[in-house]
Amino acid sequence: MKLMRYLLTALLFYAGQVSADCLTRGTGDMGIIIERAAGRVQVVDRSTHQSLFRVEGFGDLSHASAVYSPDERYAYIFGRDGGLSRLDILCGEITHRIIQGGNSIGGAISQDGRLIAVSNYEPGGVKIFNASDLSLVANIESTPVNSEKRAKTVGLVDAPDQRFVFSLYDTGETWIVDMSNVEKPQVTRFKDIGKLPYDGLITRDGRYYIAGLFGQDGLAMLDLWHPEQGPRLILEDYGKGEQKLPVYKMPHLEGWAMAGNRAFLPGVGRHHVMVVERDSWSPVAKIPVHGQPVFVMARPDGRQVWVNFAFPDNDTIQVIDTETLKVVKTLKPGKGALHMEFAPRGNEVWISIRDKDQVQVYDTRSFELRHTLPADKPSGIFFTSRAHTTGL
Amino acid sequence: MRSIVAAISTLLLAGAVQATSPLPAERQAELLYLLKHDCGSCHGMRLEGGLGPALTAERLAPYGIDFLALTIVQGRPGTPMPPWRPFLTEQEARWLARQLKQGINQ
Repeated sequence: MKLMRYLLTALLFYAGQVSADCLTRGTGDMGIIIERAAGRVQVVDRSTHQSLFRVEGFGDLSHASAVYSPDERYAYIFGRDGGLSRLDILCGEITHRIIQGGNSIGGAISQDGRLIAVSNYEPGGVKIFNASDLSLVANIESTPVNSEKRAKTVGLVDAPDQRFVFSLYDTGETWIVDMSNVEKPQVTRFKDIGKLPYDGLITRDGRYYIAGLFGQDGLAMLDLWHPEQGPRLILEDYGKGEQKLPVYKMPHLEGWAMAGNRAFLPGVGRHHVMVVERDSWSPVAKIPVHGQPVFVMARPDGRQVWVNFAFPDNDTIQVIDTETLKVVKTLKPGKGALHMEFAPRGNEVWISIRDKDQVQVYDTRSFELRHTLPADKPSGIFFTSRAHTTGL
Repeated sequence: MRSIVAAISTLLLAGAVQATSPLPAERQAELLYLLKHDCGSCHGMRLEGGLGPALTAERLAPYGIDFLALTIVQGRPGTPMPPWRPFLTEQEARWLARQLKQGINQ
């Protein structure tokens, strides 16, 4: 116990020492791990599986997410308490930090890297900031729900042509904000997209925005090449006649899986992954899995899809072969397997195991555990390669 | 010394659960962990709200223990709140409801 404490102190001291000096290196194989209960972020080296810095002072990091500047030096971290922080990953220090809202749920960086948008539950809306100093550029208020509240905004993504797209949970809308003129944001509003959109995603090519609906079957899809056509409901009849199970954790759509011409999506309240033909958006198959999927993520080459699950099945990860549509591997990494992040070329996947206080690194070909890093209640893992991907 | 600590802990625990038969300390810790990390995925890890409403003492002031315990075990149809009955008993739900009403410093 004493030794443990000594080591911990030494470790913290070491991290403190290093943060005074900045690293001189490329950032292309770096990343961050959110330690959500401690409000701390670890900066890691993806190649050597080492922790480089532990940085404190991010507030409430439950449900935190991050995006990267185009030069992969700065991570913008969105906290649940409305905190927006700009972390210099080479120096291990927060350069700017503001509390921009009361309760927020993630953000996005603009196509040109100059704007950061944050999605807020309270007060409902999206705020847009200058990426270099976090000064406010625009405040897009959402639709009022009653005299006190405005709709919660969800599923905020960046889109080509300097746009942001997001949905309104309470009022069932999707909005596009065109920021090509920062002085005059142009907002296009689509009403009645479906009941209770809870998250959204954009395809890697930036063409389709899709909102998951909690209040009804199907998904709302908007073709951003033709926004004038408005959103349409896809996979509407998909779950008809089936009893939905209670949902103990909402699925995430970010990082949804496209493999070849097929999309893999979490079935809400169901123990299966849906497979959909892209463009026609017609169902191909449903793959039975261990529990209710939360993240359904394709290995970057599209050959495998990795799935984690909601409580009480969150001790399991399953891997689907995208050709045979069969589960080819079931891993039991430990309780609270919350988040997965692939190396950009797919050779490894890092998985947060909350209840074991560790991040596990797997070889995606052999499924062998390669390395384990200590982390305090880890949740999100974000590699710098996200800097160059639309929607991440 | 150890026995005195144990005795005091027992008294404190007994106070916390009041009239009902006490939940083992280990189970209490499990329930609070569940509350923070699993309920927290919708209500916020600090219970200050998210897609689901805040579960602070202030926010829950208008609701009684019975109503809150029932909401926990049965869920709220028509909303994303699921029934937690498979994972806890009514007695445990009442204990959680009491903790929430008192306010939990997360």
